[in-house]
Amino acid sequence: MKGEISVAACVAALALSASTRAAASDPVVIGIIDDFTGVYADVQGQGGVEAVKMAVADSGGSVLGRKVTVLSADHQNKPDIGASKFREWADQGGLNMLIGGSNTGVNIAMAKVALAKKVPFIPIGPGGSSLTGADCTPYSIHYAYDTTALANGTASVIVKSGGKSWFFITADYAFGTQLQDSATKVINANGGKVLGAVRVPLGTTDFSSFLLQAQASGAQVLGLANAGTDFSNSLKSANEFGITKTMKPAALLAFLSDIHSLTLQTAQGLYLTTAWYWDLNEETRAFAKRFFAIMKKEPTSTQAAYYSATLQYLKAVKAAGTTDADQVMAQLRKTRISDMFTKDGYIRADGLMVHSMYVMQVKTPAESKYPWDYYRVIKVMSGEDAYGSQPDPSCPFVKR
Amino acid sequence: MRAAAVYAMLGALALAAPLLGLYPVFLMKLLCFALFACAFNLLLGFTRMLSFGHAAFFGSAAYVTSWLVSVHGWGAVPGILAGVAVSLLLGLAIGAIAVRRQGIYFAMITLALAQLVYFICLQAEFTGGENGLQGVPRGSLFGLIALGPDATMYYFVLAVFAAVYLFIRRVVHSPFGQVLRAIRENEPRAISLGYRVNRYKLLAFVLSAGLAGLAGSLKSLVLGFATLSDVSQGTSGEVILMTLLGGSGTFLGPVLGAGIVVTLEEYLSDLVGAWVSVIIGAIFVICVMIFRRGFVGEIQRRFGTAVTRRS
Repeated sequence: MKGEISVAACVAALALSASTRAAASDPVVIGIIDDFTGVYADVQGQGGVEAVKMAVADSGGSVLGRKVTVLSADHQNKPDIGASKFREWADQGGLNMLIGGSNTGVNIAMAKVALAKKVPFIPIGPGGSSLTGADCTPYSIHYAYDTTALANGTASVIVKSGGKSWFFITADYAFGTQLQDSATKVINANGGKVLGAVRVPLGTTDFSSFLLQAQASGAQVLGLANAGTDFSNSLKSANEFGITKTMKPAALLAFLSDIHSLTLQTAQGLYLTTAWYWDLNEETRAFAKRFFAIMKKEPTSTQAAYYSATLQYLKAVKAAGTTDADQVMAQLRKTRISDMFTKDGYIRADGLMVHSMYVMQVKTPAESKYPWDYYRVIKVMSGEDAYGSQPDPSCPFVKR
Repeated sequence: MRAAAVYAMLGALALAAPLLGLYPVFLMKLLCFALFACAFNLLLGFTRMLSFGHAAFFGSAAYVTSWLVSVHGWGAVPGILAGVAVSLLLGLAIGAIAVRRQGIYFAMITLALAQLVYFICLQAEFTGGENGLQGVPRGSLFGLIALGPDATMYYFVLAVFAAVYLFIRRVVHSPFGQVLRAIRENEPRAISLGYRVNRYKLLAFVLSAGLAGLAGSLKSLVLGFATLSDVSQGTSGEVILMTLLGGSGTFLGPVLGAGIVVTLEEYLSDLVGAWVSVIIGAIFVICVMIFRRGFVGEIQRRFGTAVTRRS
């Protein structure tokens, strides 16, 4: 009997806790589902959570008289974990907005949940352009960068500077293949050609056989269509094998955290495309200084985007006077986004946040004057040049 | 009598659970894994065949159902039946090869063939590779009852689970089940009595595979996706863990084991992330060292009740 009574008590307690959640003065809940332990943990990870908390603090910690709370969970790079966690928060946690961390595959899975549960979903970590194409939803805003912009930046600069023949080392999932496809389009359009590609599983540490294939292809450019520690490991191995002497490495997606771990000695001369850099102007440096005080690292572009997206979402909630998903999305769509992350952002019909992008070159150790002084701006691309001005026609929610 | 009382209480609890505010999606996931563990237990507990590759059946059925339902617009029930059919066939193919050997060799053959299935799922076009199949609609029951709402889906899953649970009890207590137990206790003697042991073992294997497939199909509809995790080695290991933790060879053991593992994963993953596997591994070690028969098996031994086993 005793056991039964305690079971009944537990069940009753759970039922009570569930029903009290629906009160009107509920907090506004912002969720973050990201890779906190795997290959992408350095890109945003805990730093992303801190950036969101900074934005919440800068918005006064509450909106519409409701406290703002932040939840975070590790998706372990598994789409099923990310999607179930999102669904659970939407059903039970009173989630109002979700920030999607790294990994396009996981984010595609989460986009389906956003559509089903009608929760605003801001993927920032993932690059896959299909998030505003075939996998778009009326509730998604792809915020920081995408594979199209990366290719239009890095690949076109390299082809124009003479790197005509390419061989790709590609991360074997949605992100890698989409990045390779986008880059291939740009290369072909600029008169270059792709000699071959090899697909590598996520989280591979031994790149030797793939690199030998790349070397045997005789291509001029080694296109690295991967990210996070996959990127730094492949570039390190390429260096050790001496392949970078004959082939020019192209980092299709590199973050400040990657360059930091590679060191300038290894990474010098790389071209890369980024939405933001901590040392662009006074505003970015001011944000970076505050971030550094907490994390002891300079922020990556996506960490800055976490901050910006949270700020913009909370502003939109305030302006709309509600957390209703459709009204907040409508409010965001008519807002010009201007903060320390970008000055000229706007949300395209398919959910892409169009903003200027920077093509950077990594400095040599001699050029670097102070810690974290890593990039030199090669060119600034307008949002339209980077992302294209027309919405993706494969997005089913774009009204034509 | 006591057994009936326990079942009545569990049944009432299961029926009332969503009304009490427990999260239905979590309960459904739990039921699907409990079903999977029961199917596995049919093989391990009642025939003593340790398969290391049951995720192949679970996952391939999940993929087939998801693919047919989302890409080809099949209904929920035909989709599930197709998933079960595929896992039965796969069970027949893998079983036909594996039952020729015993013990560790049997386990290794199932492991190898399941890895084969995993890599097919990784490379094949229709499975979506690393991304898996996403956004699978739940559809409706024969076009009459929409399964979209969590509560409806929950009672559907519960009904399927109860039916399979009773079916497994029936199978174990049938003459066929008695032969399986004879094989478990002493295979040479079963042979000497004139039973074609391999045929019995193959049939048990195929049955177990089909039911594991049913669990996979249901899971893919409940959660709306089929991914590589479903076919991966980790899932095969997890079901072994659930069965052993709860108590293999008991009826309620796998259900309890699935409950423990799924609940721990659900609640610990927020707190410790990928460390969940380490914690569950430690629990398994403790289980093997201290109570080898699993929770339910140990309770039966201590209290000598016939709650879950009428043998």
